[in-house]
Amino acid sequence: MIDWCDKCEELMQPYLDGTLSDAEVAQAQHHLELCSWCAKRYHFEERLRHYVRVAVSEPMSAELKARLSALRTPLDA
Amino acid sequence: MSESAPTAADTRRLAEEARARVRFEEEALDLSDQVYRVARRLVGSREEAEDLVQQTYERAFRSWKQFTPGTNLRAWLLRILTNLNIDRGRRQQRAPQTTPLDTEAGDYFLYNKLEAQLPDENPDEERVLERLSQDSIVDALADVPHDFRDAIVLVDIGEFSYADAAQILDIPIGTVMSRLHRGRRILKKNLADEVIT
Repeated sequence: MIDWCDKCEELMQPYLDGTLSDAEVAQAQHHLELCSWCAKRYHFEERLRHYVRVAVSEPMSAELKARLSALRTPLDA
Repeated sequence: MSESAPTAADTRRLAEEARARVRFEEEALDLSDQVYRVARRLVGSREEAEDLVQQTYERAFRSWKQFTPGTNLRAWLLRILTNLNIDRGRRQQRAPQTTPLDTEAGDYFLYNKLEAQLPDENPDEERVLERLSQDSIVDALADVPHDFRDAIVLVDIGEFSYADAAQILDIPIGTVMSRLHRGRRILKKNLADEVIT
């Protein structure tokens, strides 16, 4: 007998990456409609990925930006 | 006459090349924020990231003719950056991965741990997410072994495709996917450890 929650957990990463087959997507979606426990965990993962991206984003310093600009080939005639 | 004709053509060609070069440099500079954001998480410190980005742009501007117009410039820059990073000896410094990584916990592990800490039953996902501070995420990512971290940084943070990440890291796509998969689990395991102690 298949434990659908275990199966759904296995499918989560590839599901969110969009790399599952159509049949597997249908399988996961069917279970997610029935199981709010798994649905919450999918939603959390989606939000977590976004949060990680934002949390580790550190802007470049103005000094570095200026140094990079100075590397440009001078526009002389 | 025989002298002036080729000179005019030469001048035109040089002028075109100069324009193409300026365009290339402008386009590359427009991407510098994104390049830095990725670089910052590939290496351990801000100083290293800044050095690496500067060297990347120096090399890119020197070898701009090797870039094929119409292809992904951001991926091309990151490829240079990754190679420079390897040249800096990062790969040699790496201690062989001897300790088995405990990633058997599965993908629901972090959520289950965080949820268990909240007093109310069946809390909202947003409340669960709020348990994670920005610092804990930065630290947890830094603690992911770099082969796995590279994949996360390029795909999840830099938003590169698997194919671009494979090209940048010079590894097969399948390897990118397996490192990403495993890396995300390690990251979540680290987050769970950071928060729950």
